[in-house]
Amino acid sequence: MEVINGLNLKDTELRLGLPGAQEEQQQQQVSCVRSNNKRKNNDSKEESAPPPPAKTQIVGWPPVRSNRKNNNKNVSYVKVSMDGAPYLRKIDLKMYKNYPELLKALENMFKFTVGEYSERQGYKGSGFVPTYEDKDGDWMLVGDVPWDMFSSSCQKLRIMKGSEVPPAL
Amino acid sequence: MNYFPDEVIEHVFDFVTSHKDRNAISLVCKSWYKIERYSRQKVFIGNCYAINPERLLRRFPCLKSLTLKGKPHFADFNLVPHEWGGFVLPWIEALARSRVGLEELRLKRMVVTDESLELLSRSFVNFKSLVLVSCEGFTTDGLASIAANCRHLRDLDLQENEIDDHRGQWLSCFPDTCTTLVTLNFACLEGETNLVALERLVARSPNLKSLKLNRAVPLDALARLMVCAPQIVDLGVGSYENDPDSESYLKLKAAIKKCTLLRSLSGFLEAAPHCLSAFHPICHNLTSLNLSYAAEIHGSHLIKLIQHCKKLQRLWILDSIGDKGLEVVASTCKELQELRVFPSDLLGGGNTAVTEEGLVAISAGCPKLHSILYFCQQMTNAALVTVAKNCPNFIRFRLCILEPNKPDHVTSQPLDEGFGAIVKACKSLRRLSLSGLLTDQVFLYIGMYANQLEMLSIAFAGDTDKGMLYVLNGCKKMKKLEIRDSPFGDTALLADVSKYETMRSLWMSSCEVTLSGCKRLAQKAPWLNVEIINENDNNRMEENGHEGRQKVDKLYLYRTVVGTRMDAPPFVWIL
Repeated sequence: MEVINGLNLKDTELRLGLPGAQEEQQQQQVSCVRSNNKRKNNDSKEESAPPPPAKTQIVGWPPVRSNRKNNNKNVSYVKVSMDGAPYLRKIDLKMYKNYPELLKALENMFKFTVGEYSERQGYKGSGFVPTYEDKDGDWMLVGDVPWDMFSSSCQKLRIMKGSEVPPAL
Repeated sequence: MNYFPDEVIEHVFDFVTSHKDRNAISLVCKSWYKIERYSRQKVFIGNCYAINPERLLRRFPCLKSLTLKGKPHFADFNLVPHEWGGFVLPWIEALARSRVGLEELRLKRMVVTDESLELLSRSFVNFKSLVLVSCEGFTTDGLASIAANCRHLRDLDLQENEIDDHRGQWLSCFPDTCTTLVTLNFACLEGETNLVALERLVARSPNLKSLKLNRAVPLDALARLMVCAPQIVDLGVGSYENDPDSESYLKLKAAIKKCTLLRSLSGFLEAAPHCLSAFHPICHNLTSLNLSYAAEIHGSHLIKLIQHCKKLQRLWILDSIGDKGLEVVASTCKELQELRVFPSDLLGGGNTAVTEEGLVAISAGCPKLHSILYFCQQMTNAALVTVAKNCPNFIRFRLCILEPNKPDHVTSQPLDEGFGAIVKACKSLRRLSLSGLLTDQVFLYIGMYANQLEMLSIAFAGDTDKGMLYVLNGCKKMKKLEIRDSPFGDTALLADVSKYETMRSLWMSSCEVTLSGCKRLAQKAPWLNVEIINENDNNRMEENGHEGRQKVDKLYLYRTVVGTRMDAPPFVWIL
């Protein structure tokens, strides 16, 4: 079980299905890789590349101090709530490079479709509006500012349902 | 048989500062030994268990500065249990009892407690300088004692320690009369900082040259601090998020422009990259830049910053800079001497951030490069051969290919020839770290060519005991050898026991050495401490009938003049 910074990443992994569903692939913790691993047969080339093996965690490898590992900002989890859903989810904003990717992931997660975004009118067409809480605590519409600015200031996401969306939006 | 009176000789010795040279001087004759030992002020102890404080003080009664190192290097990567040892308290107690005029204490990988810091702060009236690197075991309460009691404190330098932050008021423990600070580095503290106390402290420290803040110091505080300290030479920025148009940012920009002495920049622990432009005006003066903790800074912002840094001698960076970014470094930083490229994506996202191309570009563009630490996804022999040709002056060459046992990605060959080219060309090489697919051949090259090599790190390499033997027989200047997950066993370990008297230490983990091999070694060499670290099953080794043939998980041996240490925890067996 991969535990980084006290977070159990498997619990918060983005995937279809309820959280807590069974894991097929276990990650093995091995303390060393014995030399018989290395003698790979060089001339056996596979036609269709097999799926990469589950990454085995080797203790103390790569040789990087733990404070460097902790400082890695490649995870940036935010809570996502959807009006009417029984519980919240969490997603890692760093997994997405732009708005379409994020919106698609949210649509998959909560089984809805977001409308079409326009600067003038916000999201039209579906009744679902993605909003987020920024660093100042204000609730903003997702999509107005450049992606980088959004991903670094987004604290929480909330998908508002049509009936709650004020008409002005 | 001195031609000059002792005072004259002593005066000459004053000009000899390196401990290696002083050690050499002391071997010339009894008279020089005596003069040297009374005049030695700075003592360096590379392994705190090689000697004890009583003997240290007997030989060097006038010491003013002590450097101590504790745990073996692999402790940095969690291979050594926390309770293994390296306690500084007995040293401080002995120094305090002897009333030596201690002024400086530098510790690396030692266990430091609040009690030791308190004792330190009260025992030495002239104490000036505390440098703690990769230490653990203390809290901000210990720092508070240092702040409160060391009246002439000049340096408080905390580098990458594990400090329990009680979010207390240690900064406000510096009395108002304390105006002597030159170095204040608390970047590794995780908790909140009393910003008011910090600003007042900086404002009354006109000699402050080095200031490294933790992430709890935000941009507006930084701006105020810079206004108080335009004489700063070395700055570690904490939190750096803000809107480029905000008032604090503009104030910071104006303050930075006045810092004409600024030469070294680091930190950016939480950074908004578009604010980096505040530093552009002073970049042309920078000789050292450490952005290895700044995961947010990459791409065009990073490149723009680097393009201003033409005088850079030292650069620590994350691999998100990419090969293209390294090419920019190569064409801009012609004075570069030391480069460290750290991995940024440790969760295995599989980004090929830097490859052999970046390394080759750097070697071609930076003729003064002598030290490199390079984490990468792939390497080729051809690239290493080119690097060796471009940079025959390497002193430190540490290459870490992230995937163990990975061969040359073009030819699928082991990387023996590439590393061989490095050791053959770099006649001054003192430190080497290997990675990738390697056979015994690379060790043959190392033994043959690496005449100045003092430290060698081996992981997942070699085929047979011959590999280790090549190194032990060939590298006359070897001091520290650390090996993990390699097929070296008792034959190599026992071949030349006297070799270990010339070395500081040997570490072997997950290799093929057995308990009986280690016992035989301990028998043959009573001047060695042979330690077996066996965390998992304390008694398994004794009970098992085949006990001799059991493989030892972790072996750490080191020469010592004071025999077995008394402070080892139960899971450490000293044979």
